[in-house]
Amino acid sequence: MTQSSMPDAVRRRSSGFDLKLWGPFLALAGLIVLGTLVNPVFLSPGNIFNVLTRTAFIGIIAVGATFVITSGGIDLSVGSLAAFASGVTIVTMNALVPAMGPGWHVVALGMLVAVGLGLAAGLVNGVLVTKGRIEAFIVTLGTMGIFRSLVTYLADGGTLSLDSSMRSVYRPVYYGSLFGIPYPILLFAVVALIGALIMYRTRFGRYCAAIGSNEEVARYSAIDVDRVKLLAFMLQGLCVALAVVIYVPRLGSASATTGLLWELEAIAAVIIGGTMLKGGYGRVWGTVVGAVMLTLIDNILNLTGAISVYLNGAIQGAIIIVAVLLQRGTASKR
Amino acid sequence: MKLKLSLATALVAGVLMAPAAWAQDKIKMGVSIPAATHGWAGGLNWHAQQAEKRLEQKYPNLDVILVTARDVGRQANDLEDLVSVRQIDALVILPFESAPMTDPVRAVKDAGKFVTVVDRGLTDPSIQDLYVAGNNPEMGKVSAQYIKQKLNGKGDIVVLRGIPTVVDNQRVEAFQEEIKGSQIKVLGMEYANWNRDDGFKVMQDFLSRFPKIDAVWAQDDDIALGVIEAVKQAGREKEMFILGGAGMKDIIKRVMDKDTLVPADVLYPPAMIAEAMEITARHLVEKAPIEKQYIIEATLVTPENAAKYYYPDSPF
Repeated sequence: MTQSSMPDAVRRRSSGFDLKLWGPFLALAGLIVLGTLVNPVFLSPGNIFNVLTRTAFIGIIAVGATFVITSGGIDLSVGSLAAFASGVTIVTMNALVPAMGPGWHVVALGMLVAVGLGLAAGLVNGVLVTKGRIEAFIVTLGTMGIFRSLVTYLADGGTLSLDSSMRSVYRPVYYGSLFGIPYPILLFAVVALIGALIMYRTRFGRYCAAIGSNEEVARYSAIDVDRVKLLAFMLQGLCVALAVVIYVPRLGSASATTGLLWELEAIAAVIIGGTMLKGGYGRVWGTVVGAVMLTLIDNILNLTGAISVYLNGAIQGAIIIVAVLLQRGTASKR
Repeated sequence: MKLKLSLATALVAGVLMAPAAWAQDKIKMGVSIPAATHGWAGGLNWHAQQAEKRLEQKYPNLDVILVTARDVGRQANDLEDLVSVRQIDALVILPFESAPMTDPVRAVKDAGKFVTVVDRGLTDPSIQDLYVAGNNPEMGKVSAQYIKQKLNGKGDIVVLRGIPTVVDNQRVEAFQEEIKGSQIKVLGMEYANWNRDDGFKVMQDFLSRFPKIDAVWAQDDDIALGVIEAVKQAGREKEMFILGGAGMKDIIKRVMDKDTLVPADVLYPPAMIAEAMEITARHLVEKAPIEKQYIIEATLVTPENAAKYYYPDSPF
């Protein structure tokens, strides 16, 4: 059971081609073909970079969500937390500018605040789930509401905007690039890589799968279940914080609508990627593909005038279901 | 007279008895508005709270009860609570949606309350005692006229719509009606949900899809802010201009500073709720005569008149 998270073990079980493993990649390839057919602009580097940069927020959050879901939990608070952390980061930086002057040191402090807040929120969620013995769904439903109201309160129901002198300093973090690749994409890649290493190459990753698969058995196997679950939530909080760090420089603002429904998008990305919603089996690279697919669907719909805009939601829903059906349908036949 | 009476009651009743005694003598005005789910609604909430403070100070015997709802269903529940539990004398409501809220508001009216409807008209206008509204079709029309004039009647534009609602439909229909017959071509139209992030995303895709765009009708200032960033990122600021709507302070400031990317804005002020509350309160307390309708015009804001509409303290 512990080994079910290892790619080679999975491959051994099914002979030859494993749809569960490769399904998401096939679906992605299908979408890319569809996109190209819809509008040749789709494959232009500009559009590809747009799509990937946009994916970075949900993608980074979804990598964290992969761990929480694999360990049998769920975190509904990520979207609200992203909004709240963005708000606090902006307020902090605005407060520091008069004393310290606009500059990178203020940005660094703002980022630190975001990371601290993310970890703290993860800790709160994790402690309530493990020590408080409340279902993760309820705990994070609660904190989702709390964070959302806190940002609305901070913003007086309006919008928090970053000081304009700070904006120009911070802006390159979203709009800048290294060797032609925008920073958000680089950060996304690094987070995914580290996430994959943790999931597939460390004890912690295997423990997550073990707990999600059967918590009692994991406990009898001398796994410190509470500690692993707590760490998974904190990892999720950290991922949200990293997303915030690149979200804030994009529009330099946070409001009650920031990060709305991000939790559902993150969960959808994880599931499209092949991770089981009930836990026990996690795929980080699948999650990355899932997140990219979600943005691609939006992008393709925006690039065509052929489909009524009223039907966008229906197309999105249908593609998500088909993508998951692709992997599950064949999996059950075996 | 009522004012004197309640003051006297409070003095006599003393601290312990005061709350109950107060509550009975006060005139109660319920205010039901949508929660701050997007920038404009945020401004609406701010102005409503300001008006609540102002009015309760001005009329000590007036109690303003402000409730916010996240959807139509919750707003209908709120109305029931306002009537049965809070026992209001008058209702000021900005309905989430026109048609579904018509019957719940009718129930309030049938209970003998004074009803003020703001912004979105009910399908049966005979219910309301007072109607205070911005003018959505007018807003679409003024926007179209400005774009037409600025482009000399010819050009390619893209349109970013709001949240699929009556408000959005009215604006877009009037806009399309007005550009009919001109050589203005709408290249694409997508929903951006009155939201900066969506405005940014949709505009990025419009920019990849269309090599030449002369103007953007963003319809809303939150969307416009997202659009501005997307256009800047693509380095195409020189090619087009953006027309938002509502009167957000950041956008008004840009207009004031003669930003060529944002040469104008069309007003649709969230402050209308404060106006509705004030007129209703004046009528309730002072029995001031009222007109049945106050329509706030969709004014075009240009660098010449922008200073008049700039509220630096508002969150919106």
